[in-house]
Amino acid sequence: MKHMTRKATRHVSQNEGLIFEKSSPGKAAWKLPPLDVPEVDTAKMLGKQERKDLGSMPEVSEIEIIRHFTRLSTWNYAIDLGMYPLGSCTMKYNPRVNEFVSRIEGLANGHPYQPEKISQGALRILKTLSDCLVEITGMDAITLQPAAGAQGELTGLLMVRAYHQSKGNPRKKVLIPDSAHGTNPATAATVGYGVENLKSNDRGMVDVAALAAQMNEDVAALMVTNPNTLGVFEQEIHKIAGLMHAKGGLLYMDGANMNALVGKTRPGDFGVDVMHLNLHKTFSTPHGGGGPGSGPVAIKKILEPFLPKPVVITKPDGTLGFEYNRPQSIGRVRAFYGNFGMFIRALAYIFANGPDGLRQTTEDAVLNANYIRKGLEGAYDLPYSTPSMHEVVFSDKVQSKKGVRTMDLAKRLIDYGFHPYTTAFPLIVSGAMMIEPTESEPLEELDLFIEAMKSIAEEVEEDPQFVLDAPHNARISRLDETAAARKPVLRWKPESAG
Amino acid sequence: MLKAIGVRTVDDLFSPIPAEFRLSRDLAIPREMAESEIVDWFKQRAQENAEGYACFLGAGAYAHYRPVVIDALVQRGEFLTSYTPYQAEFAQGTLQAIFEFQTMVSELTGMDLANASMYDGSTGAAEAVMMAVRITGRQGAVVARTLHPEYREVIGTYATHQGIPLTTIAYTESGRIDRKALEAAVGDDTACVLIQSPNFFGTVEDVEAIAEIAHKRGTLLIVSIAEAVSLGIIEPPRDADIVSMEAQSFGVPVGFGGPYCGVLATKDKFVRQMPGRLAGQTVDKNGKRGFVLTLATREQHIRREKATSNICTNQALVALMVNIFMTIYGKVGLRELARQNLAKAAYGAAQFGKHAKVHFTGAPRFNEFVVETTEDPYAINSRLLGHKIVGGLPLKKLYPELGNAALWCCTELTTRSMIDTAVGLVADSERGMRSMKEVEEEVAR
Repeated sequence: MKHMTRKATRHVSQNEGLIFEKSSPGKAAWKLPPLDVPEVDTAKMLGKQERKDLGSMPEVSEIEIIRHFTRLSTWNYAIDLGMYPLGSCTMKYNPRVNEFVSRIEGLANGHPYQPEKISQGALRILKTLSDCLVEITGMDAITLQPAAGAQGELTGLLMVRAYHQSKGNPRKKVLIPDSAHGTNPATAATVGYGVENLKSNDRGMVDVAALAAQMNEDVAALMVTNPNTLGVFEQEIHKIAGLMHAKGGLLYMDGANMNALVGKTRPGDFGVDVMHLNLHKTFSTPHGGGGPGSGPVAIKKILEPFLPKPVVITKPDGTLGFEYNRPQSIGRVRAFYGNFGMFIRALAYIFANGPDGLRQTTEDAVLNANYIRKGLEGAYDLPYSTPSMHEVVFSDKVQSKKGVRTMDLAKRLIDYGFHPYTTAFPLIVSGAMMIEPTESEPLEELDLFIEAMKSIAEEVEEDPQFVLDAPHNARISRLDETAAARKPVLRWKPESAG
Repeated sequence: MLKAIGVRTVDDLFSPIPAEFRLSRDLAIPREMAESEIVDWFKQRAQENAEGYACFLGAGAYAHYRPVVIDALVQRGEFLTSYTPYQAEFAQGTLQAIFEFQTMVSELTGMDLANASMYDGSTGAAEAVMMAVRITGRQGAVVARTLHPEYREVIGTYATHQGIPLTTIAYTESGRIDRKALEAAVGDDTACVLIQSPNFFGTVEDVEAIAEIAHKRGTLLIVSIAEAVSLGIIEPPRDADIVSMEAQSFGVPVGFGGPYCGVLATKDKFVRQMPGRLAGQTVDKNGKRGFVLTLATREQHIRREKATSNICTNQALVALMVNIFMTIYGKVGLRELARQNLAKAAYGAAQFGKHAKVHFTGAPRFNEFVVETTEDPYAINSRLLGHKIVGGLPLKKLYPELGNAALWCCTELTTRSMIDTAVGLVADSERGMRSMKEVEEEVAR
């Protein structure tokens, strides 16, 4: 190893094959109670529909299962091991009390169709979380139904479409800045809208003059992320909203970066009509290796008739219930009421923080990002000098002269014991390195990260090939992704099957 | 830190936000709470919910036993607090687990391959329909009325703006899809037929016969599976082109409806039109086996508006619960589990059948059955609640033609004494209604 890494060290990691490779007949990790009703003749009951064989499903013992998944787990990096500076992903600490309360009997076991009379606790959670999120966003109403951010976008745009439709014309397209998340254009297409790109100006913000020129009565909405994916607050957001509203369009805000705003400003106050939140980003529900998420959509009053159904209402007798009779509703976007388990966790997070804590969280997130920015300025190119909020985007401009790109730097960061930042996004920055520390990181961890990044920059100068060959200390070296895509192997097969 | 950055106060960092939009007051939300207060608050909410009730509800959310190993493992921070495994070298645990999940789902559903997960069974079904439209270049979708009513609603929401016309096909006396009506509805412009099996009434469909009808016209068959445990003893829909499964039954808490775990499985030839993440096997520079997310050119972060779907974050940790459940029960246990479900429901249906009308007896069922009572099932259920029993789901709002019918579910957790108590109370109701009717007739005479 070239440079000292203070955070990471080598340790023994266990090898572990696929579970199928451990399977052998007779091993079992399950036990059922004796059947207390008469046995059934399955052949007679099911006839040709009876399944006789479960193929290569595994047969393993309980200790093997525990070891299998524990060994696999040690091959992952995680927030619990250290800073996870993925920009746009808000990898903050996931409080353990959230996990505890979500598993309380009575909450974890409630059936979605049990009578409302015995669901008042669950309904109260839906209502309380809704009220908190409406206040935090400064909007008028909310739906908790969407399962993740992208489905929140879909729900929001469906409401936009229904709104325009109710005025006689659904309109044709959605404007999307070139710095936007890929989900934005993909969602617009799903809702049947054309996508028109909007260029950013030289400060990394929406070019208001360009917007004025592109805005017309064919445009249903502008989807803007604020702060945007450069971590820059759209300072002219109210003008943007004004331009949209003047031509009857709506302003959609992708709330992926809400961690920069909570308690300091409210999208509803600066002209946003509809926005989604990511409870798995801003509100600390765990990412879990890629979900479950939750993507509530908050809206202004004009969109309320179009909310997905059902909505939670307070009935005349003071109890809570679901209202299904919503003639202008866009319909359902998901079965049942959304990712309820995530609502419990997000609400526990809000309770643990309160108004002061949420504000402080935002301040610390922005403070941490700016501290990193200051620490790495000079070592890496900063393509936009505009002030940063909760994340900062550098580029590999300096290092690429030696043939080392953002992904190579990221892989070397693994050797230093940090998860890489977000690579190659936003697309408007060539060789982007998008860093979001979140409020969770103590100063010591930030300093270690800065030290690691600076050390890597030096390594690039001294021995670029060494960085190009990284990671050196991971369980495996760089994987052949091209081969994986060319001839996909997407499942294990027993050897006899070829 | 402020000094290092070169600002005086933290508020200076927020100067990009125009002053008139900065919040100068506290948010009006509950005050900060200690951990003990948070736990108390949620325990109180739990008490306002149905704790300790015997529940006969299924209908897309099934109460099966969850081995404790599942939560012991999914709460490991390395799984719980990691991100989508884009940086493969640092996420081999999650990636290998997904690969094993894909393998087991393929094996159980009888398909060639499966993805890493979808949000749930309802959105998975909607995505499957859009996938079939892309594959066939046709627009129409023909959907069984016995597909979960909420799944149908979700498909309706998605399909509206895709210009996908939906046709709904009724069911027959047996509870199965009306194959004659289906045959008449499938045409050269039909992209897919979508059925559920076991269907919303718990009835097992004849997938082979339905596939034949679809394939004759070049139409794809999508089979939705809401009760995954059925795959332990019911032949999987091998003749389907796409299987959309809700895997909640496999170790996921009923949890008031979510988070659950959808998953799509399909044939090899359709993989490039499949939405969602896929883990694939490959090797590293030294030839060592490893796993990566692959075929990303289908996805939104690469293809933007031309992607197969806008899905990004899905249900990874829930898929891990499902994965561990499948591993625990495995080849033999899943069959035994399914057998117990079959036996409990058969016993339940037989007992209810002694006092009330059990519908759809002409075709095999899995763990749900439809019981029609004389009295309004809402009234019966209200009385059952007093005995700490949550009765079957009244169907009149969803299927008005079924009158006072309700959908009951028995799983391995349903004990014989629970069934006998519920049957006893329904029998009382039936006797009550009969004698009331007799009194009325007496009075009328």
